[in-house]
Formats: sequence, C-alpha cells, structure tokens
Amino acid sequence: MDAQVASAIAVESLVKLYKGTTAVDGISFRLSPGSVTGLLGGNGAGKTTTIAMIMGLVTPTAGAVSVLGALMPKERYRVLHRMNFESPYVDMPMRLTVRQNLSVFAQLYAVPDIGERIAALAGELDLTEFLDRPTGKLSAGQKTRVSLAKALLNRPEVLLLDEPTASLDPDTADWVRGRLERYRIEHGATILLASHNMMEVERLCERVIIMKKGRIEDDDTPERLLARYGRQTLEDVFLDVARGRAHREAAQ
Amino acid sequence: MSSTTDVGMNFSLNRVSAMVRRYWYLLRSSWPRILDLIYWPTVQMLMWGFLQLYVSQQSNSFAAAGGVFIGAVLLWDILFRGQLGFSISFLEEMYAHNLGNLMMSPLRPVEFIAALMIMSIVRLSIGMVPVTMLAIAFFGFNLWSMGLALAAFFVNLILTSWSIGIFVAGLLLRNGMGAESLAWTIMFLFLPLTCVYYPVAVLPGFLQYVAWSLPPTYVFEGMRALLIDHVFRADLMVEAFIFNGVLFAAASFAFLKLLQSARVQGSLLQTGE
Repeated sequence: MDAQVASAIAVESLVKLYKGTTAVDGISFRLSPGSVTGLLGGNGAGKTTTIAMIMGLVTPTAGAVSVLGALMPKERYRVLHRMNFESPYVDMPMRLTVRQNLSVFAQLYAVPDIGERIAALAGELDLTEFLDRPTGKLSAGQKTRVSLAKALLNRPEVLLLDEPTASLDPDTADWVRGRLERYRIEHGATILLASHNMMEVERLCERVIIMKKGRIEDDDTPERLLARYGRQTLEDVFLDVARGRAHREAAQ
Repeated sequence: MSSTTDVGMNFSLNRVSAMVRRYWYLLRSSWPRILDLIYWPTVQMLMWGFLQLYVSQQSNSFAAAGGVFIGAVLLWDILFRGQLGFSISFLEEMYAHNLGNLMMSPLRPVEFIAALMIMSIVRLSIGMVPVTMLAIAFFGFNLWSMGLALAAFFVNLILTSWSIGIFVAGLLLRNGMGAESLAWTIMFLFLPLTCVYYPVAVLPGFLQYVAWSLPPTYVFEGMRALLIDHVFRADLMVEAFIFNGVLFAAASFAFLKLLQSARVQGSLLQTGE
C-alpha cells in the first residue's frame, strides 16, 4: 500500500479481456509523482483500454490500478476531483458557449472562484475572445484548447491525455505541448500521455512505455531506448518494436 | 480503507445544479427544442378534445363523462413526456459525445439521475402548462380544478416515468445508441396496458392482472372515478404509490447493474452504435 501511495499511478498485473480477446495482458508499471510518461503503441496495442482502466471507466478483468492511492474503479470518487483528462475523442457540448461549458465543469469539480479561474485559464490558453461563442462554432485547434482548459480547471495532480494533439496543425500542436510542459513545471502534475506523435513524446516525456498486443514491449527513458535500439529517433524505435525487430538486430 | 471509500464524496446538490444548468443552457439555446416540448401535446389535446366533443354530442353517457378523454390525454402526456424529458436529456450527452467527460468527473450516478429528474419536470412544465391552459380555452376542461387529486395523479405518474427513464438510461449506457429507439417508444407499451382511455374491465381477464401490476393503471382508473363518479379514490393512489416504490427500486437496481456491466464490457468508451 505504501508503494501505491508513493506512486501517483500504480498498475499491477493488469489484464482486460473482451469476449475472449485480450486487450491488456498482465502489464505493470508505476509512475512517480510529477513525472511525464508516454504510452506508445500501434492501433489495438491496448493504450486506450489501459488509460480507461486508470480513469475507472473500465473494470479490469484481473490485476489492480491505483491512482493517488485509490483503487480504481472501486474507490474512484476519492480521487476523481484530483484528476482530469483530455481526449480528441470526447467532445464538449457544442451548443453551449465556452464559458458555459467551463463553468458547468468547474462546478462539477467544485472549483473555487469559478469566474476568476475561467478568466485566468482563458488568458493562459488564448481563449478570452471565444468565451461567449458556442463551442461548436470554434475551429479544431480552438476546441482542443477548450478541452485543455476543461482538463486544467481543477488543477489536477494527475492528467491523462489521449492523443492531445491529434488532428491539430503543427503550430497549434506545438503550442499545446508548450502549455502542457508549463503546467507540469508549475504544478508538479503527473502526466500520462498516449500518443502516436513520436516527436511529441520525445519532447514531453522523461519515460516511454511501448505496448504491443496488450503487453509492455519496452519501458525506459527516451535516451536509453534510442541507445539500446541504436536509433536516432523514437519513431524508428517504435517501428522496430512494432515490426518485432529485437534491440541488437535493430541496431545492426 | 476500502470499505467506505467507494462512497467517497457525498451527494452534492452543487453537482446536481451544475448538470441542471448544463441542460437549461442547452434548452434555451435552441427554439426548436422548446417548440418540440409544446407542439405534440397541443396536437394530442386538440384531437382528443374534438373527438370527445363529437362523441358526447352523439351519446348522453359520454356527455355525462365530460372531459374524460382530455383528462386522459393530459395525464398520459405527464407519463409519456416525463419519461421522454428524462431520456432526451440523457441522450443529449450521447449525441454530444460528452459522457466520457461526465463519467470521468466527480459527478456520481445518483446526482446525474437527480439532475435528469429535475429536467424532466422542467421540460414537462414548459410543455404541459400552456396545453392545460389551451384545454380550458377550447373545451372548458380545467385540469387544475382536480386540486389535490391532480397532485396525487402527478406524483404517481412522474414516479413511473422516472423509473422507466432510469432503466432506459442503463440500457443506453450498456448498449450504446443501439438502444436509442427504446427511449422513444418504450412508454407506448404502457398505453394499451394501463387503460388510459378505457376502464380495466374492458381487458381480457389475464391482461387485467398485468394492468393492475402497473402503477399508471390506478391513476387512470382514479381519474375516471373522479370525473365520472366525482369520487377521489385515495385507496387507488396508495396502491399506485406502493407499486411505484417497487418499480423505482427495481429500475435503480437495474441501472446500477447495467452501469457495472458497461464498465466491465468497456461500453462507456463506445457510446456509438
């Protein structure tokens, strides 16, 4: 239990079966508070299912997940107000204005001084001029910033990000990464980031977990992974893992 | 630690009010949504009102039973629109792909349901109050003159509509939008069985047992007793309330089981077809 509390996120022998298909196959890892970890893997590798189990949206078949010392999903209401997430696959209600959406979520998360918090976040995320516009009328980049504002409303200690820059242009994506870096530095938050963007992972993450077919294929710092596979970029490392090339073979 | 922690944060009126605010913003942002609340109840009331008028001109016995059809259609609309108001608010989250945000927030299922119940009353009020006024203007039928009896009818009907709404919400969580049509049509199963427009005695024997197991049947029988015999049957309302207690408990239990199953099956991630 002590180790679980010391870890912001602790995943132990986690298994998820869907009607005979193994989505996650006995994975274990621990994330220390304030760390930024990238979760990599091809489509169907089990990243989204793993994140969903960490969020308490999916019940594990076996094994255990704890976040900030609370077992998920059983004890999720102890910690949900200290977590948040952002995903391009979950939308904010389109007909509500940005301010309405943010104020509803701020109230759900019991954020104090809601007006001030929204104004501050809008300033930081360059959303002030859009606050009274319907969310559905915004561009993809602006919507992503609104989702990010929602994710940061409660100053989460644990932030789960599922492809936070998917479908964004390079400039906006870079801007979002900068904001995430700043948030992590200012608040010491633990960030788990699932992404297909290797450049993003190299820039943000101090640790990378690579999944394949529901298992962890490798888990190390980006520097050590590059050295071990003898590659210049994480993308090449990712391709080596995805195509089943072993470290030494890949280096040759 | 784990024995009490699932309770975690207690029921919060603040979170309920956040959700009610969210639905209110949505409703007031869209005039077609508001029009939809009034349009069909008005059409129904006018159609049954004129039918009642015609039939009462042909038969003395129908003339004596003044307002039975209009009363029935207005009470039916409380039942039907109450459930629809609950289910549509829930469906709005699925249409908006917003369930993930809510399920990941500190909002608890019981708070979510409480907000949906409040919205069902808000939507019902917007739709039904103007229609009851039109019923007075067109046919001289004043639903409000039923007084305390109307309150008893309303409480029983809205409890049934919430029970069905809760059960449908569970089905939607577990089965995704594949269960959407149930949200729109499930209440029509109650239309013939709860004897909205005719007495229970009209049904064949075995169906009468089914009818008497459904709380709204007691309300519609009670309404006919009030309008035809001018007697308020408190016994029927008490029986309806007991059946509603059982139905509400069963629906809540089913919802929690379906939510639990949705977490196991991963359906909360896939709320599409």
